[in-house]
This record gives sequence, structure tokens and C-alpha cells, in this order.
Amino acid sequence: MSQFTIKDDEVDIVIGALQPDLTSFMEQWRPFFSRFHLIIVQDPDLKGELKIPEGFNLNLYTKSDIDKVVGSSSNAISFSGYSCRYFGYLMSRNKYIISIDDDCIPAKNSNGEPIDAISQHIINLTTPATPFFFNTLYDPFCEGADFVRGYPFSLRSGVECGLSCGLWLNLADYDAPTQSLKPDLKNSRYVDAVLTVPARTMLPVSGINISFNNELVGPALLPAFRLAKEGKVRWETVEDIWTGMCVKVVCDHLRLGVKSGLPYVWRQERGNAVESLKKEWEGVKLMEDVVPFFQSVRLSESAVTAEDCVVEIASSVKEHLGPLNPTFDRAAETMVEWIKLWKRVRAN
Amino acid sequence: MAAAAPPLKDELDIVIPTIRNLDFLEMWRPFFQPYHLIIVQDGDPSKTIKVPDGFDYELYNRNDINKILGPRSSCISFKDSACRCFGYMVSKKKYIFTIDDDCFVANDPSGKQINALEQHIKNLLCPSTPLFFNTLYDPFREGADFVRGYPFSLREGVPTAVSHGLWLNIPDYDAPTQLVKPHERNSRYVDAVLTIPKGTLFPMCGMNLAFDRDLIGPAMYFGLMGDGQPIGRYDDMWAGWCIKVICDHLGLGVKTGLPYIWHSKASNPFVNLKKEYKGIFWQEEIIPFFQSATLSKDSTTVQKCYLELSKQVEEKLGKVDPYFVKLADAMETWIQAWDELNPTKAN
Repeated sequence: MSQFTIKDDEVDIVIGALQPDLTSFMEQWRPFFSRFHLIIVQDPDLKGELKIPEGFNLNLYTKSDIDKVVGSSSNAISFSGYSCRYFGYLMSRNKYIISIDDDCIPAKNSNGEPIDAISQHIINLTTPATPFFFNTLYDPFCEGADFVRGYPFSLRSGVECGLSCGLWLNLADYDAPTQSLKPDLKNSRYVDAVLTVPARTMLPVSGINISFNNELVGPALLPAFRLAKEGKVRWETVEDIWTGMCVKVVCDHLRLGVKSGLPYVWRQERGNAVESLKKEWEGVKLMEDVVPFFQSVRLSESAVTAEDCVVEIASSVKEHLGPLNPTFDRAAETMVEWIKLWKRVRAN
Repeated sequence: MAAAAPPLKDELDIVIPTIRNLDFLEMWRPFFQPYHLIIVQDGDPSKTIKVPDGFDYELYNRNDINKILGPRSSCISFKDSACRCFGYMVSKKKYIFTIDDDCFVANDPSGKQINALEQHIKNLLCPSTPLFFNTLYDPFREGADFVRGYPFSLREGVPTAVSHGLWLNIPDYDAPTQLVKPHERNSRYVDAVLTIPKGTLFPMCGMNLAFDRDLIGPAMYFGLMGDGQPIGRYDDMWAGWCIKVICDHLGLGVKTGLPYIWHSKASNPFVNLKKEYKGIFWQEEIIPFFQSATLSKDSTTVQKCYLELSKQVEEKLGKVDPYFVKLADAMETWIQAWDELNPTKAN
């Protein structure tokens, strides 16, 4: 089954710049980025001018742009650090958004050729997902595969894919305790599969290498869950894990799919797990409350858009998680502010 | 240096249904010979099935099944590989590995032969993680772990009841798909084992399957198929839906993925279509039934769960076709037979 071709101008590649020199990053991705429009958002905490190579079709946003657009919401919503990319999502008018951390480069396949992660994300987003029944041969829509015996025919057309979660070779996305305990643990296993994460199954979504259908789930990709000691390495954040679960709840409710697997990117070494662990372990602790909450949250039938869903989730967060920790309370408020901002920006 | 003893050598039986011959065992000899085989001979009992020399085995044909089970033998299918579940019932071991007689040793991408049995054992002996999806698949495999965001309270996992392996070469497609794509071969080696999440059903194929008899054995009934039945090629599917509901209820895990075997024979799609035809329609009712099936708190053993399920089958699927009333009855008979052949050990 072939997926329909999309127009290049339906895609935005959004990069949050946490480091000042993007030259190496962008040169390595050039063969795969150059066809598309890029949105680069500079971490508002990063001083000075970003170094960006020539020859890309891009928009660059910095702190002053963020302040201008966000205005009075700026107290509730922080776009600092990894959250700067959400400003890029806010500004995008394109249907498909792909986002990769600026310390990742193309991975290589078994022939030593760089892997086009962008194309794979586009394939994932534009072929159906199958969340209601598990296919043991993984993605039935990829070449050389299909639905297996016993897969109900009524479920074989699948549903639209809302979110595509890619993976990482070399430095995997482990938390600080795990990586500290096993400093030499690198991911060298290339698993040649894309699969749909079943409906009502929660997962930890890593923001390192993701893409989504902005039209369907855009508002749910939000900067809400900020740790008190949030830092500039992934070990010191869990904002993407929170956001990912919001998106999964939204997708499950709206009968959209979430895929996981290919593509891989090569994640370069950065930071120190032990140092991060000393600084920030609260995120790990908070997951104990976060996960059961998202596993049990249910939305009303009247929530028919991603915006509606986010507002309901926020209200539920305030009610059930708010009393447990101020971080949750703040997250709920930020989610509400975000939707207001989203609607305001879209209306202009 | 002495080689390590084959893992679970005295705790695992290999159950093989056959109607033709067991030549395929020659290729498996290096991996299977240390283990005890249970051969379930389907079809004409007067035919002699030759077992290659050097294997330790017991063989049952239809006459044996009738003698051992008496009137309860009605629950064991005839002229269908579903009869293999008789092997599960008579086994005295903790673990079962079952494989079809047209499945051979596959090679991994490096060209090395895959010891499927060893991989199944690894899968069964380490925990499953059905409560939260790990994006790097099986966190207990070498070279992997739980990813950031995975709650520590869920990292112990649950016991693994079933290990579902896959197949290279001839894929396990249904008849309509086979007719449309007669030449498609599965050549994609996906280097992953993963736990099928709680609350999610899957199509369980019996070609390359292992399970813990103590944990889930009584639910591995492969139904009424073949001779005298309106349906075929749904035996393993039926068992798969039952075991998944029960595993979810009892907090047990089901894994899928590695190991691969090489499936050599493509069955005739027209013959398959005749067998599957009713199933293709019925599964549209069966799947929602299993997806919404709930078991009571009082069902704390596999047998209790299975009997509760059989009553629900009769009540809810009986209206789809009288076959399901017969099947529900057979499910009960199976449990009676299982309990008789496997009396609970006194503490």
C-alpha cells in the first residue's frame, strides 16, 4: 500500500537551539532538511547570536519574538530550555511538524549511509495507525508486510496518525539514575520496525526525535510540566514525557494513532548523568504520580478537538494531581494559558 | 571446558502436532535433542509416524487420545493441528514449546543459526512489562533498559506466561491476503522482543510458541476445529484471545517478537479460505466480545477464569452461531480433562 505524497510546504522542521553554534548540526542534516521550511527557536536563556549556515529556508525566533507574541502570558508559560521549540510549534502554520534535538545527527544504516529520518517521520504520519488491535508483524502498511491471520478486517483501514516517536542510537534516552549506574550503556540495537502503540496504553514520549500532525493534535504539544530545577540536558527534564502523555490521551480519545520505532537518529554525548542526578531527581519521583493519572484520565464526549481535550485534562490535573505537588498545579494553569495563547495566535 | 547444560532441560517439553513426517527435526537436532518431545499425531492413527533416532519422545495418536480421555476426548479436534493442545494437557513439565513441522531453523542477519528454543526460554524467564510501554522494547535484554519517564515502581515487571515467536519466509497471512499476495515473503528481521500491553488483544500464532504451563496452561485450549466443525485455522487465535484476557486479569505478561523460525510451507489459500470463511465474519463479533470481557475478582486461578469465560462465550457468542455453544461446552470439558490429568499437588 503506498502512502499519498505530500507537498514539501506542508512540513515544518522545528529546532530548539540550546547551543550557540548550529553549523555542524545543520550541515549534517542538510541533505534531509534542505527541501523543507525550518523554524529555529533560540533558547531565550542563550545569549548572543546563533551561528546558522547559509542555504536553508528558515525563520528564526529569539527571545524578543517570544516576548512580543506571548506578551502577558509570559508569566505562566516558560519557553526556556527545551521548551523553546513549543514557540516554534505555535508559529507554524504547516500540517506536519518534525522536531529533533540539536545534539542529534543522522544515524547510519548497515551500509554506512545516513538515514533520512525526515522522510521516515513523514511516512509514519501519512500512513494509517492501528491502535485497536496489535499486529504481530508490526506496521502492516510498510513494504513487505501486511496484517496477519486473525486481524479483524473491519480494523484494517486504521486511523490517522497523530504522533510519531522516533528512537536514538548511541546515547539512548535513559534517565539519570539508569545512565549513572551503567555509564557505558549505549544503544546499538537497530530495530527495523514501526508499530502503533495500542489505544489506552501509555508510553514515555521522548522529545528528542518526534513528529506530529499539527492540524490534529498541535495544541496538545505544550510546554507545561516544568521541574523546579529544570536544566539544559534531557536528564534534567521530564517536560516531554508529560506532553507525550497528554498527546496520547488526546489521540486515544479522538481515535488517532501514536506510532513508535523508526526512524533512529544518532544522539551525541552531552552532559554528565551523575552530575544531573545530583542536581535533579525530582522528575523521576513525580512519574510515580504522573503515570497512574494519565492511565486513568477519561475525557467527556463533548471534547471533540485537541483544544477541548487539553482543557479537560488540565482541569483533571488540577483536581487530582494539584494537591500532591505545586509542579502539577502550575502545569494545569500553564496548560490553560497555553490554549488561550494558541487560540489567540491562530485568530490573528 | 564443559558446555553449560541446555537450559530447562528437564522442565520443558516440545509439543509437535504432525500428520506427515518429522524430517524437520533433523535440522533442529542440535537444539532439540536434549529435550523431551510430545508428538501428537493427527489424522489416520493406523499410519506410523517415524521419529528420527536419538530423540526422547512420547507419541499419541487419536486412539491414544480417546483411550486416555474417554468421552472427554470430544474436546480435542480431529484432522486439525489444534489437536496439539492434548500435548499440553498430558505434559508433566512446567514449560511448553510448540512448533509446526514445516518450521525450520532461521538465520539472523549475521548468518548465524537462531536457537529459537533458547530465545523463548530467555523470554519466559525474565519479566514482562504490560503496564507501561517501553519505547526501547524489552528492557531486560542485554544492551537495553527502561527509558526516561518509566516509573521505577513498574520496573520489576510481572511474570511472563507466553512467548510468541515470529516467522521469516512464508508469513502467517489469512487466505484473502494470501490470494492477493501469493509471493510476499517476510524478510524483515525485527530485532525486538516486546510485551503486549495490558488491555490489548493480538492474533496468536501457534507455529512458534512457548508458555509456562503452571501460569497459563489450562487456558491454552485450541478449540474445536477441523473434522465435523464449521471452522478451521482459528485454533491458535481462539486460545490467544482467551489467554490474553486471562493474563491481563491475573497480572501475567505476554511477549511477542524474537525468536524467528523459517516457515517453509505455504498452505493452499483456497483450502484455507474454506476453513477460515466463517471465522472471518465471526471474528468481527468475537473480537469486541474479548475486548470487553471482564472477569470477576473471585476468578483467582486460570481454571476459574477459563470457566467464567466459557459461560460468557455461551451467553454472548451463542447468539452468533450454535457453534459457540458447543465450543463453550468443550471449554468446560477441557478444564475437567485438564484437572483430571493434572491434579493439584498437595502442599
